[in-house]
Amino acid sequence: MAMLSFERKYRVRGGTLIGGDLFDFWVGPFYVGFFGVTTLFFAVLGTGLILWGAALGPTWNVWRINIAPPDLSYGLALAPLQEGGLWQLITICAIGAFVSWALRQVEISRKLGMGLHVPFAFGVAIFAYVTLVVFRPLLLGAWGHGFPYGILSHLDWVSNVGYQYLHFHYNPAHMIAVSFFFTTTLALALHGSAILSAANTGREDEPVKAGEHEDNFFRDFIGYSIGPLGIHRLGLFLALNAGFWSAVCIIISGPLWTRGWPEWWFWWLRLPIWDAGGFN
Amino acid sequence: MAWSFRKSLALASLGVAAVLAGCEDPPIESQQRGYRGVALVQHYNPEDFAKLIEQNQVPAPATPAPEGGQKASEVYQNVEVLGHLNQAQFTRLMTAITQWVAPDQGCAYCHNLAQGFAYEDVYTKQVSRYMLRMTMDINQNWESHVQTNENQTGVTCYTCHRGNNLPQNVWWKNADDPQNAAGMMAGWTPDGQNGPNMKTVYTSLPGNPFERYLLGGGNLTQMIGVQGNQALPNPQSTDSIQATEATYGFMMHQSDALGVNCTYCHNSRSWNNWDQSPPQRVTAWHGQRMTRAINNDYIVPTTDLLPEKRLGPTGDAPKANCATCHNGVFKPLFGANMVKDYPSLDPNMTREEAAQLRKKLGPDHGANYGLPPRIGSENAEPAVDNRF
Repeated sequence: MAMLSFERKYRVRGGTLIGGDLFDFWVGPFYVGFFGVTTLFFAVLGTGLILWGAALGPTWNVWRINIAPPDLSYGLALAPLQEGGLWQLITICAIGAFVSWALRQVEISRKLGMGLHVPFAFGVAIFAYVTLVVFRPLLLGAWGHGFPYGILSHLDWVSNVGYQYLHFHYNPAHMIAVSFFFTTTLALALHGSAILSAANTGREDEPVKAGEHEDNFFRDFIGYSIGPLGIHRLGLFLALNAGFWSAVCIIISGPLWTRGWPEWWFWWLRLPIWDAGGFN
Repeated sequence: MAWSFRKSLALASLGVAAVLAGCEDPPIESQQRGYRGVALVQHYNPEDFAKLIEQNQVPAPATPAPEGGQKASEVYQNVEVLGHLNQAQFTRLMTAITQWVAPDQGCAYCHNLAQGFAYEDVYTKQVSRYMLRMTMDINQNWESHVQTNENQTGVTCYTCHRGNNLPQNVWWKNADDPQNAAGMMAGWTPDGQNGPNMKTVYTSLPGNPFERYLLGGGNLTQMIGVQGNQALPNPQSTDSIQATEATYGFMMHQSDALGVNCTYCHNSRSWNNWDQSPPQRVTAWHGQRMTRAINNDYIVPTTDLLPEKRLGPTGDAPKANCATCHNGVFKPLFGANMVKDYPSLDPNMTREEAAQLRKKLGPDHGANYGLPPRIGSENAEPAVDNRF
């Protein structure tokens, strides 16, 4: 089978985290590995459970299929399958599949001799998910605080959880997370437009521009260019912070704050500077 | 000195500590009030909740007065509202009102002791007649809000007054802006937005939604309901972003007054849909109308009687909102029934009924200190959204 030119570099034995040579082979273009097998196991099992849950439920309408967590009264115990137990098993499968995939990324990174940036970045997404369905429910004392698995139902959950704190836009970590999400898209738009304009010069006889040209443009324009490596580090920093602060904003909602988020800012009004400044 | 890992760690810890200092301690208590996974959940800080229970206890009722004897109107002069009670019942109620409203001043708060109890020229006595008629009206005609379960809770003077001459939670026009309007920027109006306002739980939403919704006329359902029922803007709609923010501000007040979050009355997937809302929303709907009615019919008319110290900056009487009775609890006094001990305040309640209720509700007066009751999952499958 044909190989891409760079595939030769990483289609090498070794670099596995577990099991030595076991599963250290390719099926067609796909690396298998121990964690490829576990990913497949959890993904197939979890998807099967979702389909089973849908079959037990009242609808096959893909928007309305809903596999909900148990009632809060079950606390941190296991629930009967049809009353949230399926949700618990699917959650285990999802975490198993996500973590397996991240570890498979680690093995591939080791074969390539590159850093662990990719699995680390994916790990932040997993962290956000685990925060929602494991860490926060643990802190609140019931699996029922996790979000339901369903296209519309999980949106209803998000909306209602926000309104449990009256006005979620006042959640300080939510503010930070939203700012990072927007900044990520802004940075990507700026970076994409810089690359496109350097690559598509618009004239047949005008050569494609290289990194130095982009650097010069930004040094001329704003006095500084972060550079071709730096822009990707910045992008990663912005994107990972968006996910990280999302996890923070939900884990503080409930375990560390039960009232409306606007009220949290009362500490600002209580700062002694207002009396000193004669404002009150 | 070079920047070190240790220093970064110390700084980060300081930051985390600063953020957490503004927060509450775990663990907290949660109450599910809808189908599992829909997140219709109330959260409570157990320490705050214990304090709330302590602050909302009912004073011990006096021994019931005997039947028979002369009517108050035959014994005393100028008994306009309670003349139909017998002398013992009347005296007992007067004593209770003194404890509820003026425990420090005693009878002299409403009566000129030198001129005699019948003497009319005391503003508090004049106002108290409005207040008694208001209390009886609420118990008689607003059962939809104050007597929604078999405990027939109702209201007494104590529901709002709690031993204060003036209930702790009242509102005036233009009284809420934290700073002098004269010193503020152009465009600043008293009760306006963009300043943290306690009445709307420190949001910068419009600061006095009460003037709009709890006073005067207008179709309240139309004024509060701002949600469109179609995806794109409706050119016929007169609802503005300002109207929406006013509604939001009013809703924030209701949440704060009852110590609950938005999901106590709403499933936020569709605010205006009654089929998807918890039943408490119906009680609240009647409460909004009741509060406006008592402000219009009983409180505003006292304006001319009140001394200056009771009036707001622009000369209006202190008026009621949800917090006036609720005082931070989803049911005032956790639903304890005081009317059964003072049935004179409820024209609908006979003395036999009151005696039965006393027996039935026992020493805790029917109060329920548990979190708001759970709506069972068996009757609350997620509502079907017909758009899909």
